[in-house]
Amino acid sequence: MAQTQLLGEGPSEKGAATTHALPQPLPQAGGEQHEGQRLHPLGLIVHFITGLPQLIFPSAAAMFGVRGADAGLGALTVFAIVLFVSLFFRWLAWLRTHYHIGEDDIRIERGILSRSARSIPYDRIQDVSVEQKPFARLLGIGEVKFETGGGKGEDAKLSYVSLEEAERLRETVRARRAGHIAHEARAEELAEGVASSPVFAMDTKRLVILGIYSFSLVIFAVLGGVAQQFDFLIDFDWWDFKQWIGIAEERGVDITHINRSVQIGGAIIALVALTAMGFATGIVRTFLKEYGFRLDRTAKGFRRRRGLLTLTDVVMPVARVQAAVVETGPIRKRSGWHALKFVSLAQESKDESHHMVAPLAQLDEIWPIAAEAGINAPTADTLMQRGRLTWWLAGILLVLPIVFAAMAAVVLFADASPTKSLLLLLIPFALLIVGAIEWRIYRHADDGAQLYVRRRWWRQQLTVMPQVRVQSVEIAQSPLARLAGLVSLRFGVAGGKLEMIALSRDTAEAIRDRVLAVAAPVDFSEINRRG
Amino acid sequence: MEDTDQLKPLDPAYVTVMRIGAAIFAAIPLIGALVLETAQLTATGMFIIPIALLAAWLVLVVPGRRFARWHYALGADRLRIVRGYLFYSDTVVPLGRIQHIDVHQGPIMRRYGLATLTVHTAGNHNASVSLPGLRHEDAVEMRETIREYIKAAQG
Repeated sequence: MAQTQLLGEGPSEKGAATTHALPQPLPQAGGEQHEGQRLHPLGLIVHFITGLPQLIFPSAAAMFGVRGADAGLGALTVFAIVLFVSLFFRWLAWLRTHYHIGEDDIRIERGILSRSARSIPYDRIQDVSVEQKPFARLLGIGEVKFETGGGKGEDAKLSYVSLEEAERLRETVRARRAGHIAHEARAEELAEGVASSPVFAMDTKRLVILGIYSFSLVIFAVLGGVAQQFDFLIDFDWWDFKQWIGIAEERGVDITHINRSVQIGGAIIALVALTAMGFATGIVRTFLKEYGFRLDRTAKGFRRRRGLLTLTDVVMPVARVQAAVVETGPIRKRSGWHALKFVSLAQESKDESHHMVAPLAQLDEIWPIAAEAGINAPTADTLMQRGRLTWWLAGILLVLPIVFAAMAAVVLFADASPTKSLLLLLIPFALLIVGAIEWRIYRHADDGAQLYVRRRWWRQQLTVMPQVRVQSVEIAQSPLARLAGLVSLRFGVAGGKLEMIALSRDTAEAIRDRVLAVAAPVDFSEINRRG
Repeated sequence: MEDTDQLKPLDPAYVTVMRIGAAIFAAIPLIGALVLETAQLTATGMFIIPIALLAAWLVLVVPGRRFARWHYALGADRLRIVRGYLFYSDTVVPLGRIQHIDVHQGPIMRRYGLATLTVHTAGNHNASVSLPGLRHEDAVEMRETIREYIKAAQG
């Protein structure tokens, strides 16, 4: 694989980077060499081609302008001019974009008329990711993104640089951020070499299994959406059964004369086709996303590579991992399949940021990976507690008055018979069953070092979090929970959330005090820098 | 927990600040109701009476109840904030998790010498926790205490 080969050349590159404190500017930077380096010129072509669709409107507008004169030649000239102008501005932008790898930060300067200079201190860079979209991959270049902790707005990225340069940037950032510790780390990494086996990888068989579990009918929603978008083009209503029957009758089929068995056979064929389509969608999507999935342990963290057409390459520093989420579902659980995600220090936005580290694995594969990030499996001694059943029942009590009102309304205004209106009672009954299942699944525990919460049935999640990672603790009670005399206990997590529910107030306060006794004496900077 | 008995109330002037805030908030529907009354669309009092009752509840009753439920305690290594009239909440932020601190004064609060202290954490839940209705000098003092704690912890 090209990627691995690149790593193979790594040592000499890294060696060069250590000897020169600052990378030398490219020769063609000419008189402006103080401004730093330029992006890869091939990136110009990628931008130009991926930007072509944007040129459709200006071209069309310009062509309308010259309509009337001799059309063919005029249109061609106009199109050529538009292309040329676009290329010229992209070239100007490329010419005016420089990046500079400094002692404390990376600086990116850009802008044709208005100049902007952005400084990204190494201290603030949390992840360096390299993305290769299909076209860029053909040309052997990639987009480097520096992900920083704070602030919204566009992230700092370099599109595009050569893969060697991307690798070097990543190494530089890692080395600079860690300061002198980096030298040892690098030596260790070199010793590990390329041959070191991945922490986790997905072979084709697993991809297929994951694909099957990813059964999805989303393709029909997409097709339906497209059909609706282009409704005006087709004089046919997809959802109107009578029209379909009409078409059949036009072809000499009398719907009433089709016998039962043919009808049933047709239905079965349709169902089989639908199912096959759902599985195919799942498998294709899984292959696109997870193909070549490989997780490596590097000196400071994890490195994940995956993707069939769009290759992504993400580095997750171990010190940034806040919690581990082990996910499974009621069906895949029977074969012992789980997924492992890491919650990491919020990047970019305040959204939850979960990094997939193992899309489909057995528990005995998952826990060693989590252990690398300092998160351990619950042991036999971990007391996994149930929640109070009243919590789930209280939710249903809230629905009952609405259901009764609906029953009364149906009888009074829709002339339904009272017996028919009893069907509405199925709603609270279904909720009761779901509530009972959720209650059976729910568990929480704290064992002096970690917090554990297991929730949900369909997408079961076990979250494990070291107690020192707790940012804040809140005991909360809604008016409904007050009726049940219960509270929930919410923990602030950087990049995610952790909530224990259905607790008595005394239990909640006891857990809070225990957690704070562990968490409060340790400072934030200490937790998130070590590792 | 140890600092439960040290829970402190907010400054009583904060009730007045909440009342003024509620009065400004209630003024808009009140004016609207008055306009509808003068138009005499329905029997007198159909709009103004319920709106006025609601406004009176918001201005006269709610601020006192909310005030009575606000409490805080700055312990040796943690800040605790208890609040909530309908939705109860009891939040503890370890000082070692605070990223930055704001002391904010709105125009009404400034008139009464009050301020809001807001602490920001890295967590997604409770990313920023606010404590309004502190005397300005108390808020500044608390900020300095927290700042010094963080500085000592990092050094």
